[in-house]
Amino acid sequence: MAVSASLSFPRPDYAVEAEELTKVFGDFVAVDRLSFTVGHGEVFGLLGPNGAGKSTLIRMLTTLVPPTSGRGRIVGRDVVASAKEVRRSIGVIPQAMTSDLDLSAVENMSIFAKLYNIPRDRRRKIIARLLEAVDLAQWADKPVKMFSGGMRRRLEIARGLVNQPKVFFLDEPTTGLDPVSRVSVWEMLARLKKEADLTIIMTTHYMDEADKLCDRIAIVDHGKLVALDSPLKLKASVPGRNVIEVSFSKVPDGWTDVLESLPEVAEVRAEDNVFRIASHNGSRTTVALMDAARSVDVAIASLSVQSTTLDDVFVHYTGRQLRDALQAPSASESRFLMRRE
Amino acid sequence: MMKDAWSRIMALIERDLRRFRRSPTLMVVSMVFPLIQLVVLGYAFGGKIKNLNLGVVDQDYREPAVRLKGMLNAVAANARTFKPIPYYDQRRAMRDLRDGKIDGVVNIPPDFSRYVLSGADPRVGLIVDNTDQFSSSALTASLTELLQAYHAKRPPPRRSHVATLAVVEVYPYVPYIQFLLPGTIVLAIFVSCMIGGGIIYIDDKARGLHEGYLVTPLTKFDLIMGFNLAGAIKAILSGLVLVTIGSLIAGIPNPLAPLRLVRMLALVALTALALVSMMFLIMVRVSDPLVPRAIFGVLNTVLFFPSGAVYPINAFPAWMKIITVIDPFTYAVDGFKSLVLKNTGLAAISGDMFFLGIFTLLAMAAATRLFKRDL
Repeated sequence: MAVSASLSFPRPDYAVEAEELTKVFGDFVAVDRLSFTVGHGEVFGLLGPNGAGKSTLIRMLTTLVPPTSGRGRIVGRDVVASAKEVRRSIGVIPQAMTSDLDLSAVENMSIFAKLYNIPRDRRRKIIARLLEAVDLAQWADKPVKMFSGGMRRRLEIARGLVNQPKVFFLDEPTTGLDPVSRVSVWEMLARLKKEADLTIIMTTHYMDEADKLCDRIAIVDHGKLVALDSPLKLKASVPGRNVIEVSFSKVPDGWTDVLESLPEVAEVRAEDNVFRIASHNGSRTTVALMDAARSVDVAIASLSVQSTTLDDVFVHYTGRQLRDALQAPSASESRFLMRRE
Repeated sequence: MMKDAWSRIMALIERDLRRFRRSPTLMVVSMVFPLIQLVVLGYAFGGKIKNLNLGVVDQDYREPAVRLKGMLNAVAANARTFKPIPYYDQRRAMRDLRDGKIDGVVNIPPDFSRYVLSGADPRVGLIVDNTDQFSSSALTASLTELLQAYHAKRPPPRRSHVATLAVVEVYPYVPYIQFLLPGTIVLAIFVSCMIGGGIIYIDDKARGLHEGYLVTPLTKFDLIMGFNLAGAIKAILSGLVLVTIGSLIAGIPNPLAPLRLVRMLALVALTALALVSMMFLIMVRVSDPLVPRAIFGVLNTVLFFPSGAVYPINAFPAWMKIITVIDPFTYAVDGFKSLVLKNTGLAAISGDMFFLGIFTLLAMAAATRLFKRDL
């Protein structure tokens, strides 16, 4: 019904549009006039420190929290005025694992399919195909409580796709998973994206994950958009191509100035005894650095040279200080069972 | 459209019932626990009191006193309400009574026989440990009866003009366990609502399961209907276990007669709906999983005991009667008393059913207003 209606609807230019989206809780501005668009079939990453407003942003776009002002549109439909249609065209994987442990994989999916009024024949076909896609077909009738964290996450991803959504929201899809499970979730998401004309919006804390999966990344801090581009361009926007992390046996006066005067250096940041030097040419700077140290009789305690990663991008845009701040408690962050184990 | 809504509601119910079937602990708690309570409470309070220690101080020793002691021994041998223990010293007997070694002292005064023989009113003292009301009443009743029998053995000195009361019992003797059954049926329904509509509902909310529902096309109506019907069905199941197995245990005559079961089912269903909607109203805005656990005991006490399930309402102080009047337990218990103990038809409990129906509607209306379909 609503699904077929949206097919006849002329395809809008963007899968997701945020227009000055704002959410205020009391006197705390969680999301502050955020605007962006996401194209069809794009994988869009949302990065930011804890409490930056990522989850609130996703909750507004998935009709869970009404925006204080501004507009959000999913495939051309307003998240407030047309909430019902929006819900039919999205799939959402919340941060917490929410499958029913006592039910089997198929039962979990089947109940969700029924919530979308998918008729029985189609239901069976879709569920079989999705369980195949997430490599859980052989465990289809086993209770979910016997599944590992990675299997549960894959099941939830399959469950989120049961209504064949246009836009798929994933809130930290691999948090808490072991490295092998993380890779398998990545591979699966890459495959699903290729197979279906699926737009994916995901939040993550893992820069390697964002780097690997996302076409574009938005960095959000204090509820505001601080950077938005492809991973490659974001990395290029940070000064230097390499980062040299070095510590010394002692730090003479004016040492930072000496480091800044070394060849190819773009930026020097000092934290205690550790210096992070952004360089346009890591090896040239390193050689010069060792000469400079030797000439004033300073020993190098440790040294590493890396290419700029998204971690550097993240730190560059959001700063390094810890974000300890009190948050208003919400229903979903109550005192137990909240985070997945 | 209505058909779509109904199949979404059915999906919510299906999920809940499948989960219920797979968690035996839950079934045990909501069905077996009330049965255990029925049996334990039924026998703990219902039995006849026996083998109380009764000190006997005889300061008379003549024939009428010996005859009285003979009757005391006869009670000890037959009804076994008490065992007479002879004392020669009244002070010693009193000390043992205060120390809890004996439960009462019968004092036959020195002039007892003289009064008996002269046709005057002889007196026998009974000193009881009134910290235990049940035992002291049993002693008092037993000795009162015994003294009446003692007098009856003598020819009446003159025609009695005392009015006597003839008691006719309308129903066969109702043991305490049967008196307790109606309350226990309601308790089983309540425990099931408390676990399903309270603890599990809030846990699901805290776990983010509800968030998973809110991003689907489920409407507010679907969610409310789904949650409450699922809860009501589980509560009806535990109610029916009590109605059948509980009746068998309590020894209700002819417990499985079809017509009786149909009437019981109707009242079980109505009670389940009333208690589920009450729980939903209490929990609709709660998100802390500790809350339902914390109020479980309080709610149980505040609703169960003032309902007349364990003691007659007429004995309650005025403030407690206020709870009694608005407590849905009261009406459910009253209804089940009619059906279980008196085997009446539904017409006899129409008032109770009317209250439960109105209560359900009001609670649901209020909860629906308070229910939020977003975070």
